[in-house]
Amino acid sequence: MDVVILSRLQFAITSMFHFIFVPLTLGLSILVAFMETRYVRTGNEVWLGMAKFWGKLFLINFALGVVTGITLEFQFGMNWAEYSRYVGDIFGAPLAIEATAAFFLESVFIGVWIFGWNKVSKTFHAVSIWIVAIATNLSALWILLANGWMQHPVGYVIRNGRAEMVDFLAMVTNPYGLLKFFHTVVSGYVVAAFFVLGISAWHLLRKNRPDFFLPSFRTGAVFGLASLFLVLVTGDFHAVEVAKTQPTKFAAMESVWETRRGAGMSLITIPDPANERNSVEALTIPSMLSYLAFHRADGEVKGLKDFRKDERPPVTPVFLSFRAMVAMGFFMTLLALLSVIVSFRGTVEKHTLLLRVLLYSIPVPYLANQLGWIVAEVGRQPWIVYGIMKTSDGVSRSISAGQVVGSLIGFTLLYGLLGFIDIFLLAKYARKGPDGDLASFIKPASKEA
Amino acid sequence: MEFQIIWFVLWGVLWAVYFMLDGFVLGAGMLHRYLGTTDGERRVIINTFGPVWDGNEVWLITAGGATFAAFPTTYALMFSYLYTALLLLLFALIVRGVCFEFRGKLESDRWKNAWDTAIMVSSFLPALLFGVAFGNIFRGLPMDGAGYHGTFLSLLNPFGILTGVLFVLLFLVHGALYLSVKTTGELSRRAQVTANRFWPWLLAVAALFLVAAYPATRLYENYLAAPLLLAVPLLAVLSLIATRVFSAQGRALSAFAASCATVILVIATGVVGLFPNLIPSSIDPAHSLTIFNSSSSAYTLRIMTVVAFIFVPIVIAYKIWVYRVFRAPVTERDVIEDVQSY
Repeated sequence: MDVVILSRLQFAITSMFHFIFVPLTLGLSILVAFMETRYVRTGNEVWLGMAKFWGKLFLINFALGVVTGITLEFQFGMNWAEYSRYVGDIFGAPLAIEATAAFFLESVFIGVWIFGWNKVSKTFHAVSIWIVAIATNLSALWILLANGWMQHPVGYVIRNGRAEMVDFLAMVTNPYGLLKFFHTVVSGYVVAAFFVLGISAWHLLRKNRPDFFLPSFRTGAVFGLASLFLVLVTGDFHAVEVAKTQPTKFAAMESVWETRRGAGMSLITIPDPANERNSVEALTIPSMLSYLAFHRADGEVKGLKDFRKDERPPVTPVFLSFRAMVAMGFFMTLLALLSVIVSFRGTVEKHTLLLRVLLYSIPVPYLANQLGWIVAEVGRQPWIVYGIMKTSDGVSRSISAGQVVGSLIGFTLLYGLLGFIDIFLLAKYARKGPDGDLASFIKPASKEA
Repeated sequence: MEFQIIWFVLWGVLWAVYFMLDGFVLGAGMLHRYLGTTDGERRVIINTFGPVWDGNEVWLITAGGATFAAFPTTYALMFSYLYTALLLLLFALIVRGVCFEFRGKLESDRWKNAWDTAIMVSSFLPALLFGVAFGNIFRGLPMDGAGYHGTFLSLLNPFGILTGVLFVLLFLVHGALYLSVKTTGELSRRAQVTANRFWPWLLAVAALFLVAAYPATRLYENYLAAPLLLAVPLLAVLSLIATRVFSAQGRALSAFAASCATVILVIATGVVGLFPNLIPSSIDPAHSLTIFNSSSSAYTLRIMTVVAFIFVPIVIAYKIWVYRVFRAPVTERDVIEDVQSY
């Protein structure tokens, strides 16, 4: 295998691993901040217990999210030196701003939150977790603006043999990046909502502390439903932006081969890339695809055959990932809706089937997030920066396949081990429930730690 | 052109502040197994830097990000040329970060012991690797128009290793002094004794470094051209001596402050000598990476200067505030009472 394939594989593994932890951080930070705020406002210690219990799980998850992020920053230079050299003038800026304006805030105030229970006022303690939540989401904004630039480069000229920034404002208001940001963070909120719902369901099925897990359940359900609504809305607008700026990705997402006006969408489609057609197209909704792409029934959807073969992304993985992601989105919306209904009717504990489904649905939003990234990144191929630089031109010239094989094995082993330990600890503390922490809050000398 | 000089200064400041702040965490991490004789003491040590280590490490991320944004060619070539060394560094930093969080999560001696060993190794390795990397940057990398002619093993040349040892000793003394300030009683006393024990070795290696740099590097060219600059290494040596003097007087906080100054000035000594190079070529000076031939466009540098001048002071302000909030030494009672501590 060559350095390009190996480096792509390594970037995929390390960024997908990173993105196991990031979405939960994005959403759970907000939920914990909300819970602690409720405690500060009402003085009700159940909310304090919730902030501490979910906060502990938040921290176990947070640690891996932070350390695996450094890998990505290093990797641009290590494996993608030609890319970094060519686009660093514009691409480096959002990364540097992310560190200075967001990552510092997040990592300094997480320290205040973890260690400051007795050092800062109750109100400021709650403020510090809000700062963490906001900074985490700001971090995501800068990273996704950087990624948005790779998807839809704006605000640059090619000069001195590289892409140079000429319009900073265009980069930070790149609609592609902003839509991607909104869609990605609200998808993270869904992960957090289903995490809280699933773990609450586990305890409720065991009749364990309903006074604690019913409010947790309701918080997760409402947050989940609201986030899913936003996921669908931002997803829809994001798709329109993709159709406009990345026609090859859009065509691959929907497996469209021929350019058509008023294109329909077939609910059942089986792509046949070898013959540049779909072997099955059934249950077609007329004009649906044109509507999704342009919010106009007569819009012209570009087919893959309009593009050179070597400038098309691989269709099957992009198509399947997109379909599966969308299906999961609707499935989760249904679950969240049911959860909200039973929660407000006060009948959560009677619906054991729903609770069981929720428990086993914890991985679903994780999977949907990963599939979304496959659509975004595989769908961009063969470009590393859409339309201006091919992925194969971006790789470092000074590294050998042997070096990358070595680092790939190292990452796989290290991440495998750390991921295993992290999930083990999350499961252990999730099962344990809040009692230990509440008891130790009341009697500080408890051995619980 | 002025912006490139501003960014060179900022680049040096970011590295210096990073080493000053993470240096004591790395040093305390190397010593934690040895200084902490019981689980309680080890927890105290980890909790002395618990609230701040993460924020300290962000200076590294920022130094990396600033290199990327301001000197993309240097960023690209440095990271790809030093692939294996950076990979080891990355693995160590990843392990160190999770150690602190995971260690206290199971009540098992074997579990804690394993993480304690991991903390030691994952603190030692970055200290050594940073030193080796900077030693080689001072020396220059074997690069020309055809690319890079070195390997991971060629980084382990005598001057590279000497700089690696210098960094390890510098952080050991720095970390021990930090612990002497941030702990109490017997543990604090032991930390101070340890700092004093390593100090003569640090002085000897620092002297050797200053001598060896003359034949091994071109760092002295700037100093010979403008002898006034010799104040920087001179102050570095003076603050190193002050460290020991304060320590002997039992003034732990002053000793630690002097140690902070030492770290900053050691980095400054190297950075001043490098100017205007970021990475000199050891085989063909025409292919040295300088702040002029590897920088971003004037427009990008201007934007980034505005960003830095707005945000860096804010960061420094809230970091100082946080250090004040957590200024009290950590005791065993604190870590037992605080269920959220490490």
